[in-house]
Order: sequence, then C-alpha cells, then structure tokens
Amino acid sequence: MRPRTASLRETALADLASLRVRYPDRFRTDWAGRLRNLAFLGAILGLAAYGMWALDFSLARIVHGLGRLAGFTLEMMPPSAGGRFGLFLHALAETLGIALLGTLTAAILAFPVAFLAARNVVGNPFARFAVRRGLDVVRSVDVLIWALIWINVVGLGPFAGALAIACSDFGAFGKLFSEAVETCDRRPAEGVVASGGSSLHRIRFGLIPGVLPVLASQVLYFFESNTRSATIIGIVGAGGIGQYLTELIRVLELQQVAFLILMILVTVAAIDWVSGRLRRAIIGGAAR
Amino acid sequence: MRRLIPLPPQRAAELVGRYAAVRAGARRRLLLGLAVLAVLLGLAATAAEVRPLVLAANLGRFTAYIAAIVPVLRPDHLGADWAEWYWGLPKWLSLLGETLLMAYLGTLLGAVGGFILCFVAAGNLVRSAALRFAAKRYLEICRTVPEIVFALIFVIAFGLGPMVGVLALAIHTTGALGKLFSEVVENIDMKPVEGLTGTGAGWVETVRFAVLPQVLANFASYALLRFEINVRGAGVMGFVGAGGIGQELLVAIRNFYYSDVSAILLMIVLTVFAIDLGTEKLRHHLIGGEGAR
Repeated sequence: MRPRTASLRETALADLASLRVRYPDRFRTDWAGRLRNLAFLGAILGLAAYGMWALDFSLARIVHGLGRLAGFTLEMMPPSAGGRFGLFLHALAETLGIALLGTLTAAILAFPVAFLAARNVVGNPFARFAVRRGLDVVRSVDVLIWALIWINVVGLGPFAGALAIACSDFGAFGKLFSEAVETCDRRPAEGVVASGGSSLHRIRFGLIPGVLPVLASQVLYFFESNTRSATIIGIVGAGGIGQYLTELIRVLELQQVAFLILMILVTVAAIDWVSGRLRRAIIGGAAR
Repeated sequence: MRRLIPLPPQRAAELVGRYAAVRAGARRRLLLGLAVLAVLLGLAATAAEVRPLVLAANLGRFTAYIAAIVPVLRPDHLGADWAEWYWGLPKWLSLLGETLLMAYLGTLLGAVGGFILCFVAAGNLVRSAALRFAAKRYLEICRTVPEIVFALIFVIAFGLGPMVGVLALAIHTTGALGKLFSEVVENIDMKPVEGLTGTGAGWVETVRFAVLPQVLANFASYALLRFEINVRGAGVMGFVGAGGIGQELLVAIRNFYYSDVSAILLMIVLTVFAIDLGTEKLRHHLIGGEGAR
C-alpha cells in the first residue's frame, strides 16, 4: 500500500511541468478570490483587534489571572460538600422544580398562541405579524432579566425563577411550535375539512395529532436546557442552586464550589440521558 | 358511484372490538403518563415554593410595574420627554457597543477553539479513542457550565471588566460550537478524504483540502447563530460585573429607576432584533449558496 501511494505522488511531482501545460486551468492562481478572502479575514481580525483594544485586554492581566486560576483549581481539590450536602441536595431539587414548572407553564401557555402565529391556521397576516413580534419581544429579554422583574412582583425565591423561565420560554416555544404547525402535513387537515369538519375540528383532528410528538420532543429538549438556566437563576436571587454557587464563589469556598459544579454536571448529564431516551421514544412512535 | 359493501357482522364486530381495545390501551397509557406528570409537577411545585395566592395577590403589581416603566411621552412635549427618557443615551450606546464587541470577540475566540477541537473530537477523522474521548469530555464541561458561572469565577481571578465577559463567553462558545462542528464533520462525504489519503496526504492536508471545503459554510452558519445567542448572553454579563450594559440595567431594576429600565430594555430588544434579522439573512445566504452549488 505505502510504496504505491508514494510512487503516485512522486510520478505526479516528476511530471509537474507537463501537467502544468496540460491543465492550465487547474494551476491558475485565483488572485481575485484570494484577495477577497484576505480582505474578509483582515476585516474579521481587524475588528477583533479593535475589540481587544477597546475592552482593555492586557496580556499581563491574563497571565496573572491564569496563575490565580491555576491556584483556584488546586484549591478546589478535593471537592467536598463541607457538611452541607443535604442543603445542596435540597437546592438541586429546587432547581429541577423550577426547570420543570417553568418549562411546562411556558408550553401550556404557548400552545394556543402558536396556532395564532401559524400561517395555515390564521389567514390574516397582520394578526399573525402582531403575535410573532410579541413573541419575539418576550424571547429577546434574557431569563435573568425576567427573574429580576418577577422578584419585584413575588419576592425573592424559586417561585420568581419558575415564572422567569416560563416567560422567556413562552416566546421561544411560541416561535418553535408555530413553525412545527406550519410544516405539518396538510393532507389530514384537508381531509377533515372535506368531510365537513369546522375549522376547530380541522385543528383538533387534522393538525394536533401531527404536531404533538414534535412539540413534546421540543418541550423535553427545553427542559434539558432549562435545568442549566435554572442553575444560574439564583445569581440574582431567584432560588435554586445558583444562590449557593454565587455565595460560595464570592467567599472563595472553592472545594464546595467544585462539589456544586460536579453535582450540576452529573444532574445535567442524567437529565440529558433520560430526556434523550424519551425523545427518541416519542419521535420513533410518531414515525411508526 | 360504487356502493360500499358492508362487512359481515361478525368481522365488523371483531374489528370494532379490536379498535376499542387499542384505543383503550392508548388512553390508559396517556392517563398513566398524565398521572406521572401530575406527581412530578406536585413535587416540583413544593420544591419551588409555588404560592399561587402570592402570585394572584401580586399580579396587580406586575401590571403596575409594567405600567410604571412605560415612559411618559406627551405628544406636545415629545422632544423633551424623549430627551428625559433617554437622558443617558451616549453612555448607554457606548455600553451597548461594548456588549456587542464582547459578543463578537467571545464568538470569534470560541469559534477558533471549537474549530481546532472539532476535528479532534470527530469519530471519522481521529482513530485514537482516548484523544477523542478527552476532547469530547472537555467540550462537554465547557458547554455544561453556564457562561455566567465562568464569569463569576473569572471576575475573582482576572478582576472586573469586559475582558472577563469575553473569556467566559469564549469558553462556553468553544464547548457549544465544538460539539456542533464535530457533528458536521462526522456527517461529511468521506470520498474526498479517502482520495487524499490515497495520494499520500498527511492529516492536516486531508483536513484542509478534503474536509474544510465541505464544512465551512455550515460552520459559519452555526457561528452566526451562536453570535446571536452570545449577544443576549453578553447583555447580562454585567450582572456579575463582567462588563457590558447589564450592570446599568441591574442598577436600574434594583433601584427602581423605572423609565431607565424601559429605556435600556428597549435598546437591548431592538439590538437583538436587528442582530437576529441580520444573521438570519446571512445564514440563508450561506446555506442557500451551498445548496445552489
């Protein structure tokens, strides 16, 4: 194998001059293309350089910080709960509760709204446009900002966190669900209409059975990603494990920080695994 | 029209019976699923200290809050009201620019990191299982720990400022993009790779001439999507002191500077809108250009 491939290359190299003559197109240098690529790359790097200058990047700070980070990593070993394992476990349960409640509330609220934003349900483009832009506004406000707002309403604690996740996911679900409804198979809906069904019948028997598995899989996916969001929501005081994380990082209890991060990693991995299996079961069931 | 011939009663009854059994089974499964969900919800509600009464009692406060942050804009004093509402415009604009730069740099650095690691994590290019495993786990840790947690730790290590936000975004982006990139690489057409290996090309040459042309458009599209996400992420980095407009927003919300809250929120929402639209156009262009070729 080896000698033959080498000889192929060597023959080609030895014959280079005549190859150049025979295939001039292959050997022509595409100066315009190269110049365009270089200019593009230059623009990207130039903006990056400007950004680094504007944001006060300094090598000295990075090196110094890396040294401290290495120190932190050493101090993190071995991870230990410091006798507060029960407390952490409770906070973790709170986190999962926030994620589950927030995701489900958002899904239930977004379900009817999604049909209003779907082209094949609502014919009026202005109504659809209004619903879509409304969803976009809700979606573009970050979950931490929602948490701050809800804290003003229901006070500090996990309830505000659940409401915040529900709000920010409501926008995302509305968009995703309406896309699922729009890409849904037309034929069942047409069949329902042809056999004399009303437009509500059309939605109930023609569209919902088709989209439900897709929606369920999306809800599960968001539950996964929300367990991550729910861990940070405590940073602004909206409950969950983030509260301890922030506190412990601020007071440099690094062994406990490492323990908490490990707990989060394990939980997220477990949730990923379970919901991955559930999603495959749901989608597989729909394909059958 | 052809007349429908009814089934013999015995077969019809059998079919109806079987249909009923299947329906009953499906309904039982559905009820069971709902029951499990209800129990989980109950547990979640207890854990999250859901207090519907508090919500009901304070819902008025939510609407009042929304009403309070809506600025007073009288038609006859529109100019003056507008100037009062956006009294901090120059400062906010420069902070918004800082936020965008943070998102850009974080995405770029993260994309470079993900770009390097994705080829190592791809199953079809790297034979060494140990190397692949290490790369995959590293990417997993990078993307599971939320960027704001990295920011919290980095703020202590590097000091306050936007540089910390960039580093935190970059590390999270490395994890997220590395995974997406390596999935793209794993789905490429292997024939060019075999062809190049056949002519005796090394690993780097193979990646450059056989893999890269196939994946670059998808990579760029994913990076743009991530930029969109990072703009949102950079907006809240200021909550932990890692630069950008978040700090200003946090102060405004905490201190009940109502009109400032709406002013800054509106700026963030509009920016996110503009970025969303822009990247969507670019991504369609990229992916469409690839499809047409």
